[in-house]
Amino acid sequence: MPNVLVFIDTPGQVLKKTSLELLTTARSLGEPAVAFNGELHDDVAVTMGAYGAAAVYRPSTQDLDDYLVAAKAAFVAAAVDKSGATSVLLENSPEGKEIAARLGIRLSAGVITDVVAVDADGTAHKSVLAGSYATAAKVNTPVSVFTVKANSVTPEPALAPSSPEIVTVDVPADAAATAARITAREQKVASGRPDLTDARIVVAGGRGLDGDFTPVEELADALGAAVGASRAATDAGWISHDAQVGQTGKVVSPQLYISAGISGAIQQKAGMQTAKVIVAVNKDAESPVFEIADFGIVGDLFKVLPQATEEIKKRKG
Amino acid sequence: MEETLKIIVLVKHVPDAQFDRHLSGEGHTTDRDESILSELDEYPLEAALQLIEARGGSKAGNKVIALSMGPAGAVNAIKKSLQIGATEGVHLTDDALAGSDAAATSLALAAAIRHLGADGPVDLVLTGMASTDGETSLVPAQLAERLGLPQVTFASSLDVDGGRITARRDADTHSETVEASLPAVVSVTDQINEPRYPNFKGIIAAKRKSITTLSLADIGIDPSQVGHAGSWTTVTSAEERPPRTAGTIITDEGDAGIKLVDFLAAQKLL
Repeated sequence: MPNVLVFIDTPGQVLKKTSLELLTTARSLGEPAVAFNGELHDDVAVTMGAYGAAAVYRPSTQDLDDYLVAAKAAFVAAAVDKSGATSVLLENSPEGKEIAARLGIRLSAGVITDVVAVDADGTAHKSVLAGSYATAAKVNTPVSVFTVKANSVTPEPALAPSSPEIVTVDVPADAAATAARITAREQKVASGRPDLTDARIVVAGGRGLDGDFTPVEELADALGAAVGASRAATDAGWISHDAQVGQTGKVVSPQLYISAGISGAIQQKAGMQTAKVIVAVNKDAESPVFEIADFGIVGDLFKVLPQATEEIKKRKG
Repeated sequence: MEETLKIIVLVKHVPDAQFDRHLSGEGHTTDRDESILSELDEYPLEAALQLIEARGGSKAGNKVIALSMGPAGAVNAIKKSLQIGATEGVHLTDDALAGSDAAATSLALAAAIRHLGADGPVDLVLTGMASTDGETSLVPAQLAERLGLPQVTFASSLDVDGGRITARRDADTHSETVEASLPAVVSVTDQINEPRYPNFKGIIAAKRKSITTLSLADIGIDPSQVGHAGSWTTVTSAEERPPRTAGTIITDEGDAGIKLVDFLAAQKLL
């Protein structure tokens, strides 16, 4: 009997890295199964088997995407009932957390968000207050719900692949009755860069860029990094609000965070101080960012960044 | 004549993020000595005020109720909200609430919202996108589930017309238009508006506005259902991270870009 359910939502042709991470974490807790929404491509089914999924639960209705969160939560709750799972793992995205939130109420189950590791006994580890504390927490209810941050584990296939059984789950009729309806959806133009929240390297720019993000973008592309920004830069309209790193934006913990022209006030620090390595470039030697930087350069970013970009290209051949 | 609205805005007093913040006590809860109105709660308050001002304001019978759950100090978040323009304040406070997780918090808030609907239905419950301390963003979705109401979260624009709301949501890869009927639970982002500051007139007017205090008994919740006892999660340990320390700081002498790349190579980050 599978006892850990992973929710995977509309992956398309290939499973995302975060889904593989969730399946890997699930195997460390028990026998995984998947609650799956969307079209199930053969390759995706094979990958889920390779990662040890014993069963794949699919909703009886195809319109879960037309409603905001509530219908998906009702489906996952029904899949938990059907599978008898005692742990549920979801992505730590805004939507993942909201599905987890409602699932918690539906199942009378405790929810822990922003998890970076789950022990075999169900103890979950996370950072709070902008990374200033590391806490451990436990769920006291029969079912536990965790939203797990990206890059928390390295995805690893199971030793022996399984061929998951496909099971249809009836979505309760009330699921959509009180849900908000999504009436239009517009795709944004893809940047081709990695997703900011999951990226291994982030290059971020702030007020010091004075409206021109080119040096940040070029360095990011040389490194295969995502582009971030301080609130000052997004508020000024120099770059999309999606790029904001900080207390009111995204919280990132990449391997490397390069901060350029950002003073590093508390609101920005809250979004990036759990990065493994921090590099800062700022012309003001008194900038608070230098207090937390592993390597700091007091200098003109319009000279330093292009020089670094050229050097990286040269070394990478 | 437009419909009148009764809006509840959830406000939270949180430790000021300008200073160091701490966890303490057996339950590893947040210290709230230096607390302020959560910056992210100014946006739903502003959204509520704009909605009622478009309908003749409080004179026309519209209400914006600032509701806060928390210990004595939480009343400061309510007072600030009244100064900014909320028409009345409600403070849900009870010793038994201390240490409530999101599930217990949403249980108590849902009961308080039902209680406030007894003298006339509530049209909208507005919240911020997260608290700036707990940052789980769980409570709005849990409230919607508990109240059986549509959930419209992370709205970056909001229109209310003829008992329906239309909102825009911006995600990284796409934007959505969302529609729901009233009443609904709506959380708004910091992109939705520019919150106003309290002015002198507002500060004077706030002194005449009433703040109602509710206990758990008033809203029909047993103390065992909330607080540490009623929570479905328990924080078992909390360790303060050693603060980051400064590393090597150099001044550019024309080759800092090269030195940066040398540093990345030494860290195996290339």
